[in-house]
Amino acid sequence: MTRPKLAVWKFASCDGCQLTLLDCEDELLQLAEVVDIAQFLEATSEIKDGPYDISLVEGSITTPHDAKRIREVRAQSKVLIAIGACATAGGIQALRNFADVGAYTNTVYAHPEYIDALPESAAIADHVAVDGELRGCPVSKQQLIELITATLAARKPHIPTVSQCVECKRAGTACVMVGKGVPCMGPVTQAGCGNLCPKIGRGCYGCFGPVAGANTTALSAQFAELGLDGRQMRDRFRSYAAAAPEFATESAAHD
Amino acid sequence: MTSRILQVDALARVEGEGALYVKLDGERIEKLEFRIFEPPRFFEALLAGRDAHEAPDITSRICGICPIAYIMSASHAVEAAQGIEVTQEIRDLRRMLYCGEWIQSHVLHAAMLHAPDFLNLHDAMAIAQVEPDLVRTALRLKKLGNSLMEVIGGRAVHPVNTRIGGFYKAPDASAIAALIPELEWGVQAAREVALGFAKFTFPEDEGDYVFVSLTHPDLYPITEGRIMSSAGLDIDITEFPDHFFETHVARSNALHGHMKDGTPYLVGPLARYANNYDRLSEGCKETAEAAGLGRVVSNPFQSILVRMIEVQYAIEDALRLARAYQPFQPSFSDAPLREGQGHGATEAPRGICYHHYSVGADGRIRTAQIVPPTSQNQPQIEVDLTRVVQKFMHLDDDALRWRCEQTIRNYDPCISCATHFLKLTVERD
Repeated sequence: MTRPKLAVWKFASCDGCQLTLLDCEDELLQLAEVVDIAQFLEATSEIKDGPYDISLVEGSITTPHDAKRIREVRAQSKVLIAIGACATAGGIQALRNFADVGAYTNTVYAHPEYIDALPESAAIADHVAVDGELRGCPVSKQQLIELITATLAARKPHIPTVSQCVECKRAGTACVMVGKGVPCMGPVTQAGCGNLCPKIGRGCYGCFGPVAGANTTALSAQFAELGLDGRQMRDRFRSYAAAAPEFATESAAHD
Repeated sequence: MTSRILQVDALARVEGEGALYVKLDGERIEKLEFRIFEPPRFFEALLAGRDAHEAPDITSRICGICPIAYIMSASHAVEAAQGIEVTQEIRDLRRMLYCGEWIQSHVLHAAMLHAPDFLNLHDAMAIAQVEPDLVRTALRLKKLGNSLMEVIGGRAVHPVNTRIGGFYKAPDASAIAALIPELEWGVQAAREVALGFAKFTFPEDEGDYVFVSLTHPDLYPITEGRIMSSAGLDIDITEFPDHFFETHVARSNALHGHMKDGTPYLVGPLARYANNYDRLSEGCKETAEAAGLGRVVSNPFQSILVRMIEVQYAIEDALRLARAYQPFQPSFSDAPLREGQGHGATEAPRGICYHHYSVGADGRIRTAQIVPPTSQNQPQIEVDLTRVVQKFMHLDDDALRWRCEQTIRNYDPCISCATHFLKLTVERD
């Protein structure tokens, strides 16, 4: 029996989500037995041609060249899954969507004429059809393994789509916002990280992006009560998942 | 004359997107370019106007392989700007966390990305077919590094427990103590991997390097120290911008670093090792000697060995810090907001990572400057490539291309950091 072909692709990103795959130290060698790692530039110099059964795509689309490349990847992939905050919500580099890219280029590079960039950093789904997604900056290792396993078995992955608050309650983590008055994005953020921040007394900073039906306006009202000014509220919604529509709209309300 | 073009459009086993192009006219190198075409993400620009307390978390997103380097350099710079002094307990815990990053990053590179070059294999999975124990040991070492980052930082990639002034929560004593047995195992395991790699055949090569690194009176440099060069420079980190510069060249989305007189310099394991050999432990020096290394290593192909010596050092040092660890309160230092500017420089696995911020009275960033290690090394990588192409020109195109790729991988280039990606083209006329 031929093994399914797995490809891993990178666009504008920090490599952290594909590194999460290499961080599966206990599962990596086994994974390499059940799938044929056909394209994973960060890990192997052996490159096999498509089509691919599963493509994992990291990063956001930020250049004309990458806008073309993602269409080629889509054409060669049976199942295409966007992994991480860049691929699903534009990533931290989507802060440029709210600024003038020309001004940005001039800040960083002495010769901005050498740089070719699109005005916006966009999620993969803004350019091509996506069959699934994993949230997080970075993605969770457990969710990544679950997703690959489920896709190989042609079943739906068990990825919770509830809010971070639910995850905290289930884990018995005390609410930092109610208990300590620490501003927390948990009520509007999708679960999945393992409530890492509230567990250490830190407010969630929303790196898993918006939960379905997020009531961002109510959370802003709560932030105002805790003493945050408009700019501070704006920045909370405008960070690692800045281009997600729910967060983008709420951040713009505080501009 | 025959013309040859060697080209690598998408360099593998590096972090990010890069390419190489070499054009030879007979025995003359007509053109040689190591390009980075990772899409730019404009970090310095997007930091402007953000709260200075966000700098560590935002800049950690420059690189998923070495987030701690960004978190620490940014924290030091903002703390300097805000006049925040941190306690020795916090400095020690930061160093232990940073050791975790050195371990996972170095082992990832040495065992999974670099070792395949010496075995003529494509990846670590292929090595596992012939040397399963070696790969299992390497994966266990890498996991040890990640465990340190998870226990102290809360997460292996983009840790959440770090903040300006220290930590959100000092880890429980029992959680740190639980790491000790694996750290004890790791010292010997790192040595064995180093000695295993020492059996590789290394291409004969010698670079004429100006080694630049941090240096510290008592410790092998990781989180703090002065900046020194093998050419006699000895400066405070605040003087970094007076001596080191970056230029923007057409072919690359990264900036190229050089010294005041325009010469390239080298940062990273070879530089740290040459400049700080005396601060290594006796155990590390023994491993180095058994691996056939002197006090200075100038063959860049042997950087894989120096990385494993540094892994052994990082494990020994984390073990020392773990044994002495006591939870502390408060878990961070703070100070009132003030206008100011500050510098931060720490030793990322790939070399000096320098940050500078100017902060307004409202606590928001006015300007940010970040100099990652790979952009500093980029001109030196081209010097190495030129030397290697001249020396190994007799090889056929495939072998020469492989040797060139290997030359680049000697640096463990983090192209995500320097912007990100590598493509090799070799043209022979």
